[in-house]
Amino acid sequence: MSDAFVSLEDVTLSYGQTAAVPNLNLNIREGELIALLGPSGCGKTTSMRAIAGLLAPSSGRIIIDGADVTRTPANKRGIGLVFQSYALFPHLSAFENVAFGLRLKRLRETEIRAKTEAGMATVGLTGFEARKPGEMSGGQQQRLALARSLVMEPKVLLLDEPLSNLDARLRLEMRNELQRVQKDTGITMVFVTHDQSEALALADRIVLMRDGRVEQLGKPAELYAEPATAFAADFMGFENIFRAEGAALVSEQGRLALDFDAPAPFLAWRPSGVTVGDGRHSGRVVASSFAGAHREYVLESDLGQIKAEAPIETPEVPIGNSIVFDLPQSTARPLAA
Amino acid sequence: MSRLAIWTILGITLTFLIGPFLIVILAGASAGEALAFPPQGLSLKWYAKVFTVESFRASFALSMFLAIFGTLAALLLGIPAAYALHRYDLPGAETIRTIVAAPVIVPGIIVGLALLRYFVVPFDITITMALFVTHTALVMPYAVRVVSSSLNNLRADMEEAAVILGCTRLQAFTKVVLPNIRGGILAAFILGFVASFNEVPASLFLSGPGVRTLPIDMLSYMEITFDPSVAALSALLAFMSVAIVFIAERLLGFSRYV
Repeated sequence: MSDAFVSLEDVTLSYGQTAAVPNLNLNIREGELIALLGPSGCGKTTSMRAIAGLLAPSSGRIIIDGADVTRTPANKRGIGLVFQSYALFPHLSAFENVAFGLRLKRLRETEIRAKTEAGMATVGLTGFEARKPGEMSGGQQQRLALARSLVMEPKVLLLDEPLSNLDARLRLEMRNELQRVQKDTGITMVFVTHDQSEALALADRIVLMRDGRVEQLGKPAELYAEPATAFAADFMGFENIFRAEGAALVSEQGRLALDFDAPAPFLAWRPSGVTVGDGRHSGRVVASSFAGAHREYVLESDLGQIKAEAPIETPEVPIGNSIVFDLPQSTARPLAA
Repeated sequence: MSRLAIWTILGITLTFLIGPFLIVILAGASAGEALAFPPQGLSLKWYAKVFTVESFRASFALSMFLAIFGTLAALLLGIPAAYALHRYDLPGAETIRTIVAAPVIVPGIIVGLALLRYFVVPFDITITMALFVTHTALVMPYAVRVVSSSLNNLRADMEEAAVILGCTRLQAFTKVVLPNIRGGILAAFILGFVASFNEVPASLFLSGPGVRTLPIDMLSYMEITFDPSVAALSALLAFMSVAIVFIAERLLGFSRYV
């Protein structure tokens, strides 16, 4: 498995005068399912459009499968793209949508038929050939868009927010479907998302982006357990992120003494890493909610609000009452600025 | 509002909309010799006479030619214009839209006078050619407007999807954009056709001896011969317009685009 099936080398992408992505370096491995994750405006969609050839970089190189495609137009790149809105052709039947690209390749009619039928079977749409996209549900349209890209046997398949237009149940179904298709076909997939749970669940590796740069790149478990920066920690669900000075945490509201010296400029705790009902600090409960296996509290402390979780066995502390808590060294995640 | 009031308003509205139409139909069906309402007896002789008037035949042919080819020319120019205005972030796009709409905003008399004085006379252009150019310009706003609105209903990423699947830009336009704005183009054609066919003020300036559009010909016919054949012809033309719009509505839900 090569480490650089798709490479972006010093790629700068601009809209007019503003550089949306100033200098991106990224290597995507063959056959992996990689997620470009980040908030809106972080450059993830822009980067994906550059790989597809819909946006020409103002500098840098894009290499796919050993060939420099920086100047190759989108229609000659051999890349698939599933659009967020699916971008199906409303005037064509489902069959003709899938066959669209094959017809442009001037394949024999029998071959077009065979590939289209196989493609529709892959995504479970056999029997829907004659339907128009407008007569299909959101989930079916999504799978049709996927089939339309897959039958082209692209070197890389790009997916723009593939699950964002689906309801919760369909989203889970489609997630499994994407993983299955990826394992079956071994196709290299790059998908763009702003939803960290989606990225964590689906991707082999996650590229966390911020302001057009790669903030952190790693396996989902690495990113989840060991975010490197305050931004990454925030994105990975560390609710309590504080600036540290020596053996204390400081915020605009005040400070809180720690019983250890902070090893990094920032420290973060997940709600589950905060000890409740035992410790040297005290906070007032301002919110409390039942979450199945545990109870979630929001505590008002000298430092500001702290989110904590208590085991469901412990008695509930009413809102307004004070409770003791601790921010232990063992669950603290040190973070770079 | 009471039922009576609703029916009264509906009745008055319909009277004003359809009333003149009925008067013209009946006036044309008169058995008398002069244009009058109510008609003096009923007969279809004036409807028959319409087809025997030589100048009507010639001017009908000219009007048909202008309506069909003027509108086609307007679409040929208007579709790319609408596409460019829609697709690209052009500097001064709003100004261009206003200029394109100008021929329907500026009174036809002024358009006709200006064209005659500064276009037809100095360049010594034939009357047919001048009428063709004028009708093309007058129909352009309809072409651009209606095609623009159906382009607005089209998702921009469909073209990109077509390109990713291997289309050139031109193929993406012909294979994906055009089929999806087909209804709008047809609607623009019908609107343009009707507008051109009924155009009077600008054509009035440009019509010359022996070369007249049908409405102008009808005007000058009436100045000389005050018989009911003009009413009969008007009724026939109205029926033609109604038939075109009816067929268009049936075929493609015309009213969605207008």
